[in-house]
Amino acid sequence: MLSLKLAWRNLVGAGLRTWLNVIVLAFVLFMMIWHYGLLDGWNQQANKDMQAWEVGNGQYWHQNYDPYDFFTLEESHAKIPEALNKATTDGIITPVLITQGSVYPDGRIQSMLLKGINPDQKVVAIPGTDLNTESEEIPVVIGRRMAKNCKLQEGDITTIRWRDVNGTFDAAEVKVVKVFNCNVPSVDAGQMYIHIKKVQEMMQAPDEATMFIIGEDFEMNETVSGWEYKDFDFLMTEMNEMMKMKKVGGSFMYVILMLLAMLAIFDTQVLSIFRRQKEIGTYIAMGMTRRQVVSLFTVEGAMHAILAVIFIAIFGTPLLIWLMSVGMSMPAGSDDMGIAIAETIYPVYGAGLIIGTSLLVFIITLIVSYLPARKISKMKPTDAIKGKIQ
Amino acid sequence: MKRLAIILFLIPTIIWAQEPTGKEILEKIDKNMASKSTISTSKMLIHGARQTRTIEAKSWGMGDEKSFTEYLAPAREKGTKMLKLEDKLWIYSPGSDRTIQISGHMLKQSLMGSDLSYEDMMDNVKLLEDYDAGVIGSEIVNERDCWIVELQAKTAEVNYQIRKVWVDKVRYIPLKEELYAKSGKLLKRMELFDITKIGNRWYPKKIVFKDMLKKGDGTEFIIDEIEFDKEIPEYIFTKAALRK
Repeated sequence: MLSLKLAWRNLVGAGLRTWLNVIVLAFVLFMMIWHYGLLDGWNQQANKDMQAWEVGNGQYWHQNYDPYDFFTLEESHAKIPEALNKATTDGIITPVLITQGSVYPDGRIQSMLLKGINPDQKVVAIPGTDLNTESEEIPVVIGRRMAKNCKLQEGDITTIRWRDVNGTFDAAEVKVVKVFNCNVPSVDAGQMYIHIKKVQEMMQAPDEATMFIIGEDFEMNETVSGWEYKDFDFLMTEMNEMMKMKKVGGSFMYVILMLLAMLAIFDTQVLSIFRRQKEIGTYIAMGMTRRQVVSLFTVEGAMHAILAVIFIAIFGTPLLIWLMSVGMSMPAGSDDMGIAIAETIYPVYGAGLIIGTSLLVFIITLIVSYLPARKISKMKPTDAIKGKIQ
Repeated sequence: MKRLAIILFLIPTIIWAQEPTGKEILEKIDKNMASKSTISTSKMLIHGARQTRTIEAKSWGMGDEKSFTEYLAPAREKGTKMLKLEDKLWIYSPGSDRTIQISGHMLKQSLMGSDLSYEDMMDNVKLLEDYDAGVIGSEIVNERDCWIVELQAKTAEVNYQIRKVWVDKVRYIPLKEELYAKSGKLLKRMELFDITKIGNRWYPKKIVFKDMLKKGDGTEFIIDEIEFDKEIPEYIFTKAALRK
């Protein structure tokens, strides 16, 4: 207790030097909490958006389907299995039939995926109801990115070409009946949505599907022959891995910032010990053990971290709360990288994040404060009291 | 009077007898154009939106099944080689010193930016085997009187369900071909010009390909030199030849 009081008085006595160290540490702590909170917020938002738009509560894939290998598409469709028939009719799960095609916007050729969906499905947020529009051309729904790449707008008519299951070329005019906006590029870029019945007809594959998206009320109680169940965690693996990578990548900056802050603490400690030799000698002469003096200097150093946490609690908390409410606007085109990202990301600060980060900073400061203080244990008290440089 | 009546009666029969069937026309085309082997040097003029690119190549072919092409110009494409063996296609790129097999959706991509896709190159269609041919009329194409032969696929497993070929009535060489989607939409058009007598066969020295869904003036394929039925060493049609 005595060492705590003494440490506090010594720290306050050091004046500006202490407060500069505290501010630097507080800045690092703030940046770490804010950045990790931002990544957590992004992750949560991406999970939510991907669930709503793409993955649902899991999926059934045709056994040959591999979304990363377009070559598999020709062989990865089959009749809707008996076991999933009722759930499909009830709208608890929704079938998707996928094939490759080409679109010719304004005479330019572009490859794309043609996806057949049920217009009345409610499992994912893709707005399919417009696919019921009566039109001479085939009504299609596309996302904002696809519309931008192909320079298409609602009402535009263009030509698409595809091959049926026998490999025969076919082509038809399509009309863009809806351009939707979504944060998940993988449901949007290079894709065109058509009524599943129409795609089945176009492909000569009646009642067939490539995959099923599972809704909330579906209970998985049996395996379906020829189809593989992919749970939500599996479907989110890539996104979660990417977020982990981003955190690791972001950590490098904080390691550098922490190094600078710790260098300041280390220097302060070395300087204190050098300049306060007489004081150290006096402490020992007055009966303090070397260990107690080392503890005193270590606590003094570590108190920088405690002060930084208090500083953040007073000045940083309102700022963090404000940033949480306004979010951070992402620059235009950020989502063209192919990952789910909202226009504005709202950071999420969990208790684990705040306590964990503060504890990490405290422990590192404690270690860095202790390292120069060890020198005290090797000092001769008689020389120290005389102020002899050791 | 009786004689005149007989003549009038026979005229349609005579005309009918003169009009060959679609099958006969295709057989005659085959007879005229098919060869055991070909060695040719050619130019491909790709008319883009802004400019025209010219690609020169030398090709060796053995029937419809085997072909080997080496690109000679421009400098960017020089040394690129392409080997087709039945339904497989490999491309060797000297820049990366790698050989890659073109398959799946890559086959749909354009061949060097032209109106031809790799898939079109792979089209080993046997017209007589895969299609029912019927003569649907006559038309003048490039000042030549032509039969219009319509080809309807016999099975569902062909790329194009409908083809129309305009065949010179005298030389039995196609002067125009149109490829249609199942829906009847015109997808590609091929026009043949500069029909020249080479040996005992008529052969086009210029072919214009046009993807009808794309904008642009199409791709011109000009044959500078061509030799038929020459011996071609078998090693030419091996993957090892790509790296030589």
